Amino acid sequence: MLEMPKLDLAKCDCCGLCVSVCQCGAIVMTSNRITIIETDDCGWCTMCELVCPSNAIICAYEIVFDNEV
Amino acid sequence: MATNREFLASIPYFSGLDDDELDSIGQSFSERKVERGEIIQLEGEVVGELFFVASGAIKVFKTSSDGKEQILSIVRPGEAFNDIAIFDDAISPVSAQAMAPVTLYGISRIELHTLLRDYPRVALNTTRVLAERTRQLMSLIEDLSFRHVIGRVARVLLENAGNGTAPGTRLTQQEMAAMVGSVREVVARSLKALEAEGAIKLERNRIRITDRKALENMVEASA
Ligand code: SF4
Ligand code: SF4
Repeated sequence: MLEMPKLDLAKCDCCGLCVSVCQCGAIVMTSNRITIIETDDCGWCTMCELVCPSNAIICAYEIVFDNEV
Repeated sequence: MATNREFLASIPYFSGLDDDELDSIGQSFSERKVERGEIIQLEGEVVGELFFVASGAIKVFKTSSDGKEQILSIVRPGEAFNDIAIFDDAISPVSAQAMAPVTLYGISRIELHTLLRDYPRVALNTTRVLAERTRQLMSLIEDLSFRHVIGRVARVLLENAGNGTAPGTRLTQQEMAAMVGSVREVVARSLKALEAEGAIKLERNRIRITDRKALENMVEASA
């Protein structure tokens, strides 16, 4: 399963900014609720996280030593 | 063009104005639509209009001589992005690009001057907005000039990396920034610098430490 940015619905105020900046259509708004869909096209540009005024989206990095994944 | 009164009221520049004043100010604005990715303003360009973002988002950035982009801020609805150059009548110190389809409300320099003369309240609000922006830019500049941030980022990576058996902590750039006492923009830049030096490799949602020794040296050098 492909990891996607994480959304905290409790913090989201549905402003739609993340939907508008995402280039790959991974973030959709349906009946005033944001959903993040799994897609290979998401290259972790982190723009959704950057643009969100409510810190509702996070794009975390896993940190690993080489050859230890 | 009649500009949305509620939108104007939400802009810090125009806070405290009554409906009639807002309606009359609204007459001075014109709307402009911008595509995603479009450059709205280039560093070094002459600025003739003050733009407020009505919908969408814009990134404000500078480009270094070697072509690297440094994001300075994200401008969201209700905020302006080219006020510095509008007020000192000089060229723009930054570039601005639409991160999404964007609607802008623009007011020409001449109309703006009239506004400032006619509405002392707007002039007062403006000084406050500019002071806030100065404060924000100063903290960013202070941080950008601190060479040791990169060493602190290196330490955070080493301390949070998984070791094969235990998985590493997952961190956002924002969290790393909080840990090193800096801002996200500087962390993003530090990570790119560490990658350019071959110490790490940035993969999709993973930071792979490829040269542990190099990172340790950087931590020592900044201690
Ligand atoms: S990281 Fe980028 S591509 Fe992925 S969901 Fe966020 S905005 Fe879209
Ligand atoms: S930008 Fe943030 S607050 Fe706005 S819709 Fe997206 S997740 Fe929700």
